[in-house]
Amino acid sequence: MHDLIHRMKVNDYLAVLDVNSGAVHLIDEPVYDVLGVFDGHNDEAVIKALQEKYPVQELQEILEELHGLIKDGLLFSPDFEVPQTFSEKPILKSLCLHIAHDCNLRCKYCFAGTGDFGGKRALMSKEVAAKAIEFAIKGSQQRHNLEIDLFGGEPLVNFEVVKYVVEYARAREKETHKNIKLTLTTNGTLLTDDKIKFLNEQRVMLVLSLDGAKQTHDAMRPFPNGTGSYDAAVRGFKKVIDSRHGKNYYLRGTYTHNNLHFCEDTLDMLQVGREISMEPVVGIDEPYVLREEDLPILYKEYDKLAAAYLEYRHQDKPFDFFHFNVALDNGPCVAKRLAGCGAGHEYFAITPEGDIYPCHQFVGREQYKVGTLDTGIERPDLVQKFRHNHVMTKEECKNCWARFFCSGGCPANADLANGDISKPYEYGCKIQKKRLECAIVLQAVLTEEARTGKDERPVINNFKFEVDC
Amino acid sequence: MMKHVKTVNKAMLNKTLKTGGCGECPASCQSACKTSCTVGNQVCEHK
Repeated sequence: MHDLIHRMKVNDYLAVLDVNSGAVHLIDEPVYDVLGVFDGHNDEAVIKALQEKYPVQELQEILEELHGLIKDGLLFSPDFEVPQTFSEKPILKSLCLHIAHDCNLRCKYCFAGTGDFGGKRALMSKEVAAKAIEFAIKGSQQRHNLEIDLFGGEPLVNFEVVKYVVEYARAREKETHKNIKLTLTTNGTLLTDDKIKFLNEQRVMLVLSLDGAKQTHDAMRPFPNGTGSYDAAVRGFKKVIDSRHGKNYYLRGTYTHNNLHFCEDTLDMLQVGREISMEPVVGIDEPYVLREEDLPILYKEYDKLAAAYLEYRHQDKPFDFFHFNVALDNGPCVAKRLAGCGAGHEYFAITPEGDIYPCHQFVGREQYKVGTLDTGIERPDLVQKFRHNHVMTKEECKNCWARFFCSGGCPANADLANGDISKPYEYGCKIQKKRLECAIVLQAVLTEEARTGKDERPVINNFKFEVDC
Repeated sequence: MMKHVKTVNKAMLNKTLKTGGCGECPASCQSACKTSCTVGNQVCEHK
């Protein structure tokens, strides 16, 4: 038997999540205590346990409210089986093109081995890029929306092919009547006016890599000669963000053991832009890797960031922190929450040579190569393994309150930490759970405030290009 | 009117057991190294 509810405390706010319905309730301290004992049936045990702390009449009043929620299907909702909407056969929805296995930076934590993914430095050809788009269109079958990510290394070191593949995708989009969403991840140092103009005209979303303050960024993201890349990156970022009227991008940072107080770095990024994502580094046996003893510091940093997130909204100068944007009302269906990131079944990565891997992070892990653009998928067994590696089959996830929000975590990190995609990366889970508590409580507070005052909830639009800029 | 509890949303998850699965929402990077979307950070394309 596992918990059907999860109590949360973030700064001064208390809330409870009904795991299987997704209902969220803001609660007071007595309810928080009652829910520490109450299992939906044991009223007498609750009163016995708490009658010295609270008047019996108050406890009875609370129990009555809680029974009302149970009756309405908003508390202690029962578990369910894998729904039929989660189809046996996946349909491709997204492809990541490794435009360049090369980079003009030498970032110390790079999972791509500073760009080469443990292999030789290489650039994708136009021929491979076109084949990849055809593979994606064919694989997406009747699905209208299709995503293509342009990734590296640094994709802009191979701008000729970026240009080619974007124009090719836009032409095929018209012919096939699909909606192709294009995203490019860049370190910003090669962003020139011409490239910016092209990316804007072609409606390419941008993920811009920035680690926070200059000192933090420069320490981890140097050029090959050792000098920091902050000034060059920020020059490019400011220009491109300005050119798109502050829309259609995310500034995306990584924090490490070297900057545990990452809240400061996150807020420093507001000098560059207001759409922010900041995430923990993943690695093994490196000095920058996060440690068990770092966790209490990191938890406090998330609390600080949560407080700042609310404060900035109340002061009419909001910023978006990607992982605090949880949709409480109109989130994804259960089938999507089981499909998770889609790696290996709905989402694949293509190397410059045309090899197919379950995702960008698996590239270079030979045992996970699932095929090539010439042969197609040669490992349907692996595809099925990824498809059914979800939160209702994984032992550690089955009983976790966060399962329908994190969808089981990153399989590449699970493989890296445990050599098994079905055993979650436990350290990542600990951070994810803290971050989710903050996110759920923040969105609950903003929803409640919107009922009586100003609506300051973030707009969650699935990172879609807004065309009015 | 409840005195101790403020419910902020309706049950939404188990309501989608018989609907959904259309797959029109974006892929979601759970490590989010690409910040393409983690699952909880998405909205349904049809709501």
